[in-house]
Amino acid sequence: MKFTSFHLMPYRPLDQKKALEYRSSWVVLPNSMYDPKLGADEYEAYISHLAAGEQLGFDVIAVNEHHQTAYGLMPAPNIIASALIQRTKHVKIAIIGRALPLVSNPVAIAEEFAMLDNLSRGRIITGFVRGIGSEYHSSGVNPTFSHERFHEAHDLIVQAWTQPGPTSFDGDHYNMRYVNIWPRPYQDPHPAIWIPSQGSSETIQWASDPRRKYPFMVTFSPAASVERYLNMYREAAHNHGYEATGEQLGWAMPVYVAETDEQAIEEASAAAESLFNIYLPQPVEMLLPPGYMSIESFTRTLKMRRAMLDNPRSHTMASLMESGTLVVGSPRTVRERIEKMRDATGLQNIIAMLQFGTLPEHLTRRSMEMFASEVMPKLR
Amino acid sequence: MTPEIQLTAVAGPKVRLLRGGSGSPLLFLHGAGGFPGWLPIFDRLAEKHEVIIAEHPGFGGSEDAAELRNVSDYAYYYLDFLDALGLPKVHVIGHSLGGWIASEIAVRDCSRFASLTLLAPAGLRVKGVQSGDNFIWSPAESVRNVFHNQALAEQVLARPMSDLEQEQAIRSRLVAARLGWEPRWFNPNLEKWLHRIKVSTLLVWGADDKLLPAAYAAPWKAGVPRIRSLIASECGHSPHVERADLVLPELSAFLQESDR
Repeated sequence: MKFTSFHLMPYRPLDQKKALEYRSSWVVLPNSMYDPKLGADEYEAYISHLAAGEQLGFDVIAVNEHHQTAYGLMPAPNIIASALIQRTKHVKIAIIGRALPLVSNPVAIAEEFAMLDNLSRGRIITGFVRGIGSEYHSSGVNPTFSHERFHEAHDLIVQAWTQPGPTSFDGDHYNMRYVNIWPRPYQDPHPAIWIPSQGSSETIQWASDPRRKYPFMVTFSPAASVERYLNMYREAAHNHGYEATGEQLGWAMPVYVAETDEQAIEEASAAAESLFNIYLPQPVEMLLPPGYMSIESFTRTLKMRRAMLDNPRSHTMASLMESGTLVVGSPRTVRERIEKMRDATGLQNIIAMLQFGTLPEHLTRRSMEMFASEVMPKLR
Repeated sequence: MTPEIQLTAVAGPKVRLLRGGSGSPLLFLHGAGGFPGWLPIFDRLAEKHEVIIAEHPGFGGSEDAAELRNVSDYAYYYLDFLDALGLPKVHVIGHSLGGWIASEIAVRDCSRFASLTLLAPAGLRVKGVQSGDNFIWSPAESVRNVFHNQALAEQVLARPMSDLEQEQAIRSRLVAARLGWEPRWFNPNLEKWLHRIKVSTLLVWGADDKLLPAAYAAPWKAGVPRIRSLIASECGHSPHVERADLVLPELSAFLQESDR
């Protein structure tokens, strides 16, 4: 089993009570609530969390991209990745992912990833996503063309990485006369591409296609959904005529480890509830703008998740534990939860978010160390 | 009166049409909110006109038209539509998105237009004056922000939507976003061609429009050669619904003059 230490870099000093006065902590939360001096401290702490992953024995340390939100302070995750390259020697560094449809020139993404791959001598893993719904509000990009732009941008980036340039690209959204990036990627043919997803069937079909076989990771979802989507991927691979390996199957989730289950629940509750009730929630108009999903998927989602969508700030530690959205407990409990998911799906890729919400330094550090020393070794 | 309801392919995709009344023909192009049905004002207009309410392809109960990707495509679609109707002259009335489409048709070819009426049209903006963000508003907020008179908003909100209506609203919203998300509700290249709207034009705006502010009337008034305007007081984004008492006399007189 492979382990990734993943970070969102939330703005912990957030005035939560004031944040609740706004529609969401995305897009409309006034940035006067961000204090740069406190924010700079956050960056320093968070980069240390990730860099420590190498000594702790993680296979991968990972960042991602979000815009105009207290949920994550990485609108440009490659900047953090570059800092991590300088602070580490061997560990893989994943950027999972860049939101392809939000950019006007995807070649810039191909170039930046190629640079990072060279700077790190081949330690880069990339991730491609469409961005969260709110990012179509904050970027202005039309969500009804999100899928088209994602697929074109993907094809263009892979072309830039793999086909000797100059080449050209003819799309509906992107047209390039010259595709000829300097530098080329360090890895041959190119860095791995991971696909984090909430489990849309279109994404599963596309990622599992034998031409791609992209590792697929279900993010922040109830355990039953994670199991269902990973098995959908396995089934899709099977229908494509091959068997998916465990390396292709991943689970990204908040994890907290302490001596006992009781202690872990007590220590993690406030942070977990802040993540799901303050940092993450977006009303349905922001989370699922028109065209972000097909009409069929959107209608189905509305029916299945109506209660959650109508009251996105009503999570409790108990409800999050019950749904298995969080993995919290003693080393043994956490190990057993992962083993259970492994046995149900065959997954071999664990993307653990060990700092989440307002989780403070000392708890983050201790949980991270316990996860590395008492959970990971027994699962390898 | 009871209009005739049709689902018919006039110029490509099957679309819903409501037709009623007799007299010089009048085509109503609806806004982003979707097919309005037969509004009270149409009863009165139908006394002197053949009223045709056309649903835009891809909206509500009309067939998908994925190849229509922008307002320019809808303008050409409606030019085909007007050709297919075979009516030599038509009064065109467009509300909001429908007003934008109507003006994009007119700058291309207004030879079939008897007149043009724009009700709080999208299509232009005034720099520094923000439009309302209807894509971030909740459905209830949208209703409240469309009306100035909140009693009317509450009436609309009190009426439950059927599953079919909800499904149709989702379809309409998707096409509206395809056309108007970015740039938000305007075409930066429309204003310079407004002089090509060569027919008599009536512009109506609600003074309290929270979606497209009444200040947006200025570039229309400056750019369309034969334009007159009515700013309706105590009125939101749907003047023909909220202030039919003001709009109907003005509109009836305008149509009658244009017919002469």
